[in-house]
This record gives sequence, C-alpha cells and structure tokens, in this order.
Amino acid sequence: MMHGNRSETPLPHRGKGVIPRGSEMGTAKFWIGSVLVGVVFLVLTRWLITNEYYFFAGYQVLQFIVLATAWNILGGYTGYTNFGTGAFFAVGAYSAVVLHKLTSLPVPVMMLIGGVMSGIIGFGMGYLTLRLKGVFFAIATLALAIVAQTLIVNWDYVGGARGVYVIRPQHAPISGSYIQYLYSLMLALTWVSVAIARTIERSQLGLGFNAIRDDELAAEAAGVPTLRLKLIATTLSGALMGMSGAPLPYYVTYLDPASSFNLSYAVNSVAMPMIGGMTSWIGPIVGAVLLGTIQQLATVTISSALNLLIVGVLLIVFVIIAPNGIVGLVQSRWRARIR
Amino acid sequence: MAEPILTVSGLGKRFGGFVALENINITVETGERLGLIGPNGSGKSTLVNCLSGALHHDSGSVTFDGRRIDGMPAYQRTRLGLARSFQLPKPFRSLNLVDNLRIPLLYTVNARHGAHLSSTEIDARCRALLADVALADKARRLPRDLTQVEMRKLELARAVASAPRLLFADEAMAGLSPSEVEEILVVLFRLNEQGITIVLIEHIMRAVMSFSTRLVVLVAGQKIADGAPQEAIRNPEVERAYLGE
Amino acid sequence: MISLDLAVNAIVAGLLLGGFYAAVTVGVTISFGMLDIVNIAHPAFIMLGSFVAYIVNSNFAVDPILIGVVMAPVFFLAGMGVYQIYYYAFERRGEESIQGLAFFFGLLFVGEVALILVFGVDYRFVEAPYIGPSLHFGFVDFPLRMLIPFLISLLMLAVLQVFLGRTFIGRAILAVSQDRLALQLMAANPSRVKRIAFGISIATASVAGALLIIIQPVEPSIGRDYIGRIFAICVLGGMTSFPGMLAGAMLIGIVESITSTFYGPSWAPAVAFGFLLLTLAWRPAGILGR
Repeated sequence: MMHGNRSETPLPHRGKGVIPRGSEMGTAKFWIGSVLVGVVFLVLTRWLITNEYYFFAGYQVLQFIVLATAWNILGGYTGYTNFGTGAFFAVGAYSAVVLHKLTSLPVPVMMLIGGVMSGIIGFGMGYLTLRLKGVFFAIATLALAIVAQTLIVNWDYVGGARGVYVIRPQHAPISGSYIQYLYSLMLALTWVSVAIARTIERSQLGLGFNAIRDDELAAEAAGVPTLRLKLIATTLSGALMGMSGAPLPYYVTYLDPASSFNLSYAVNSVAMPMIGGMTSWIGPIVGAVLLGTIQQLATVTISSALNLLIVGVLLIVFVIIAPNGIVGLVQSRWRARIR
Repeated sequence: MAEPILTVSGLGKRFGGFVALENINITVETGERLGLIGPNGSGKSTLVNCLSGALHHDSGSVTFDGRRIDGMPAYQRTRLGLARSFQLPKPFRSLNLVDNLRIPLLYTVNARHGAHLSSTEIDARCRALLADVALADKARRLPRDLTQVEMRKLELARAVASAPRLLFADEAMAGLSPSEVEEILVVLFRLNEQGITIVLIEHIMRAVMSFSTRLVVLVAGQKIADGAPQEAIRNPEVERAYLGE
Repeated sequence: MISLDLAVNAIVAGLLLGGFYAAVTVGVTISFGMLDIVNIAHPAFIMLGSFVAYIVNSNFAVDPILIGVVMAPVFFLAGMGVYQIYYYAFERRGEESIQGLAFFFGLLFVGEVALILVFGVDYRFVEAPYIGPSLHFGFVDFPLRMLIPFLISLLMLAVLQVFLGRTFIGRAILAVSQDRLALQLMAANPSRVKRIAFGISIATASVAGALLIIIQPVEPSIGRDYIGRIFAICVLGGMTSFPGMLAGAMLIGIVESITSTFYGPSWAPAVAFGFLLLTLAWRPAGILGR
C-alpha cells in the first residue's frame, strides 16, 4: 500500500464527506422523494404512453436495474463476484412456471416464492463456497449456473430443453393490459430493491460488508462475523434476482433454458454496476439505464448479437480506465473541485 | 495468584508435511508484558494466527479467560477480548480512519452483553482512540494518506478499539526508525498500564528487552526458552539459534 | 445389466478425453495455478484456436495439428499483449480481484459473441485422414480422432514440463510462482517473466483448440462448458502440479464419459461443474485459503 511504484488509483470511497451526509434528513428525503418519483412515473407512463412496446422495453430496463442492484449488494458492497446471475434469475422464472402449472396464485405471490427459492439457493451456495478466497467463489458461481441449467434442461415437467409455453392471462388485476400490470410490478420491485440497497449502504450491515470487501481477515479480527454477513449478502442478492425472474414467463410467454439462463444476464449484471459504479446504490441504476437503453436501441436497429458485443466491450473498457464507474468519475470531479 | 489469562497446552500446527509448531506450552499471566521472539520462520506468526483464530491448530488446546476457545472463529475470540494487530498493516482502504475504528466498536464492543454505545458515544470513542495515537488530525483521511508509522499506529488503534483484555502486537515496529519504535513503545506501555495484557512479537531486541517482563523464545516451531528476559537470552540454545552453530 | 463392452469403451474414451482435457487445462495451470491470474477467458482462446484451425483447414487443407503448432507463436504474442494490459490496468494497482475478474469475463464474453458474429452458430469441423478410422483391440475401440489428440496432448505436457524444469526461463517461471519477492531480489523482473509465462499459457490454447476441433465439431458457445472443466481439473490437480492435473483430467474424463454413455450426453456438462463444486466445498476450511 505504501510502495512507491503503485500508481494513484481513485479508491472506491464510501462517499462520506463528498456527498453531504445529513443522514436522517437524507433518508426521509429519499423515501418520500422516491415514492413520489415512482408514483409520478407510473402515472405518466401508464396513462400517457399507449404504445405497448415502451412497456416491454421499460420492463426490461427495470428488470436490469433490479438485477444490477441485487448483484451489487454482493459484488460492490461485499466484494464477491457472482457470475451465476442467470441461475438465480432462472430459478425465479421456473418457480413461477411450476406454480403456474400447479396453482393459480397471483403474480406478486409468485415473485415472493421465486425470491425465497433463489434465496435458498444463494444461501446454500454461499455456505458451500464462501469459506474460500473470493476467486474460487466466482468460479463456483459459474459452475452453479451450468449445473442449474443442466438440471432444468433434463426436467421434463418444465419443458426441458424444448421449453414451455405460458399463457398470459387476459385480464390484469388492475386496469390496463397485462404487460402494463407486469411493468407496474417490476417498478414496485425496483423501488423495493433500491430502497433495500440504500438502507444497507448506510447501515452497520453495509459498513460490515465494506470491511469484508476491503480486508476480510482484518474484518474478522475486528469482530465482524464474516461468514454470517456474506451469507446474508448471497441470500439477499439471490432472492432479489429470483424475484425479478418470476414474472418473466408471463412477459415472454415462452420460456426455455437457453434464453433464461442466458449468459447475457450474467454479463449485464456484472457490467451495469461496474460501469455505473459499485460503491453506491445509484451506480447500478445509472449502469442499467445506460446499458439497457443502448441494448434496446441496438437490438432494434442492428442485431441482438452485436448489442451483446457492445456490452462486453464497454465492460472491458470501463474496467480498465474507470474502475469506479461513472459514479466514481463524478465523485472524483466533485472532490477535485472541493480541494 | 490470579488465573493466567491465556493457557496454551501442547499446541501443534502443520502445513502438509511441514511442522510449523510443535508442542507449544505457554501461559500468559494477566497484566504482564510478554515478549515473543525467534528467528525468521520459527513459527511466531503461525502461533499468533492459531491463537487469534485465523488458522485452526491441529493439536493441543487453548484456554482464554478460563474458556476453551479451540475451533472458535476469530471474530468470537475478539469479542471475548483477544485481539491482534497484523504484521503488515491491513487497514480498510476505502474507509476513513474514523470508520476504520468504528468497525471494531460496532462489531465487537457493541456486540458484547450489556454494552450498547450510541452512535455519538461511538464517534467520541473513535476520536479519543485516534487522539491516543496522535492521528486525530487525519480522522477523515483515507489509510493511503498515512505514513508507515501512522499505519502501524492505526493498526494498533483498531485492535485496541475492540476493548481487548489481551493484545497480540505482531511485529508492529518492523522497518521503523528508532524514534518511531519509541513512539510505538510508548503506546504499548500506556495500553499495558490501562490493564491490557500485551504479547509483543518482535525482532527489534532493544524494544523487546526494554518492554518485556518475561520472554519466550521460539525456534523452528518449538519453545526453547521461557523466563526473565536477561536469563532467556543467555540460554545457550537461544544464542545458537541467533548466532548460528 | 451393464454391458462390459460399453463400459470399457466408455472408460477408454474417458481416458483419451482426459488426456485432451489436460492439454486444455495446462494453460490455466500456468496462468492461475502459477501466476495467480484468474484467466477465465482461456476457453475463448481455445475456441479461437479451433476456428483458426477450421479456416485454414477448410481453405488450404492443411493438417489441423500443424496449424495449431504453427499458430502457437501468434497466440504467444497475443497472450503477452493481454498480460500487458492486465498488468497496467490491474496488477500494478494492486486491484487484481474484482476488476481483473471482470476484465477476463468481458474477454470471454466478447470472444464468444465475436465468433458468433463472424461464424454464426453452426457447427464447424475439420477434415483430416485420421478423423474417422479407429484402432480395434478386441472389443475395445480407439478412435484415431481421439487417440491422436491424446498423444499430442501428452507430448505437449511433456515438452512444457521439460521446459519448466530445465530451461532458465522455465525455472524463472516456477520461481515466480513460488516467491515473487525472491525473484525481485535476484534482479529478475517478475512481470517480464510473468508475461512470457502468460504468453505460453495462451499459446497452448492454439494447440488445444486445434485438438478440440479434431475430436468434435465446434460452435462458439462450447467454450462455456470448458470453464467448469478447466477450473475443476486445475483445482483437483492441486493447482500447480502437472501430474496432478493429468490425473484430475482423466478422472473427470472418465466420469463424464460414463455419465454420457449411460445417462445421456445432456448430463455431461454438469459432471465437471458438479465435481468443481464438491471439490471447492470440501477444501480445508479457513479464510487463509490455499
């Protein structure tokens, strides 16, 4: 740390002293402000936009926000890279398929159950692999994704490799089309995820996560129950990812392992927080909106393979030149101006 | 005579075929200043790691404050009152100094039965701890803005923040100038006066000799001397270990 | 009743496959086991090797193994280039963990997508006289398209083993893997040595890729199946040992082959990954890791 030949990297900084603290005021402002924003946003979009396509696209972007935010709880805050987002996401989606076949539960309940299932997977995987160095955890998540995919491919009840068709209900429980209903649910989930992330960030739990990220041995020596906290992170992160996957069957009406376990979920959920910035709840939102919009535009105008290429290249470029993401760049500017 | 605060019985540790520690028996009396010395590779750091819980020992038992702590994870040992500082300082790089100290206060002190410091009290304690090691003016800075000796002091402050009863100071002075060594020694003496039992693991003989009330010498994973500092170093085996055959 | 015939052939196929898997893994044994660089993009380089072999073979009818060997120096240079970027961006700053992983993950992904854009998702294969015929010993078959890659793999491993043990640079690489500080004190620049080592690790991908497309037709997303295999074998083999890696590779090869023969090929990818998870789960406890 004190060696002369280390170049000066802007460290991921918790933002205290740069973004003014005033925590109690800030928290109240956030809750009220964000609910207001959400409601206004919902009203505007539901009532003013009639082209269904925008709801499709909006759903995608919101889904990415949730995935990116969920990933960041384990990745950015705690320092453990998860390459298996696809697994958690797909477990949520396939839980919904099973529930859809067996019952007629409303979608929000399916989301909760999907979240529980993915949370259990997150817990289990964490318990097996979190005692190892972070690198082995990352590799294990890759392994998990493939194992989960193989299991689903061989499970005929949910269609196996052929996939399964899900009929979208005619009527939504609230006014408007079913897509608008799913979109509203995803908006609610987005708000919940961001609220959770922000709350964690400013809490003792978040401080503990940061300590683990910075130096796990030292954190343990300082009294942080590292295994317990890491399990909380993996479980919570997995649960949120699962919840975001649960409405998918109704959204796409045809679900197959190749698309639901698609590596694009893994890359996106890594790229969005990295490009947006991993130290704050704002980063994943910035990254998700930016990359999500680029991908929507690219898919429509060029091709869907090319848009994935763009995401991959952006990830590599940002990781090299702006390791703290866009939020990190903004923070450095502020700090430079203050000094 | 009070119970010793730490009793190590027959402790052994191997890495594959390599025996790092063999049949280590040490008692640490409450309130004493114990020096632990030995040539490089003698197992001092391994011993600290085993006692603090960073490593699991293979054989023997460790009793702290009357409790067997074998197999207990490190964070629980810290909460019981057994703290250690690291040989190479390991600060939380993305947190400022206050937050670095806040972690042990929140997760150790506040986690103990009965204790519950409010956030104002915690803030106050952080600043007091920083002031004790003359780092108060850098409270809002990041660890990378610190000099070598300041990092060492932060490392000690963080260990002390957990309000330990026993502190392992692992080579806190390596590479420092004589006046810097003196600075650290002053801090350690003061901590001992406040009631913290200190085990000083160190290479700098002058510091160890002036600090310790008792000396334990480790060579090649075995304890070869244990007693008053002046006698321990006159032990022929110790001389041989340091000066060669 | 399990047919003995089928079982023995499955085991033999697994052994041959295992030898090949060792060739695929040796690059990561060097980059991850010895240099501590988590190059999860290694499968992408292997796929590149396969497709290079495909292009040259289908246009000029050159033997694929020859292509793999001839292209190895090119891959070596590419590997050195990738290491340079990695070094400047991450190693120098001491932030190897998340960002480095993300970098290689990005490379893996970009590699696969780029191949899809250029070649599409169809399976590609090469032509060579030894693809097709088999040697027969009683009821045991040794398909040449697996036997030849098996032999070449062993040859490559042997060459590398000798290189690491006998040449100056090879021993410098071993030294770097064990003690970076000692190497610095001996006035050898560790990053130069690491660069060469990483280059060698990518060069093996050229050969491994050529062998892969001999064994089976390839399409870009196959690389993903190999991530788990490679790291499972590397971990099973104890990270740095060639013999251990070979044993691990054969073990996984045999288990995969038996699973495939008796339970169907769709379960095969899960074998290696399952092994990996189990191996990781049962490693000795303790945060100090290795």
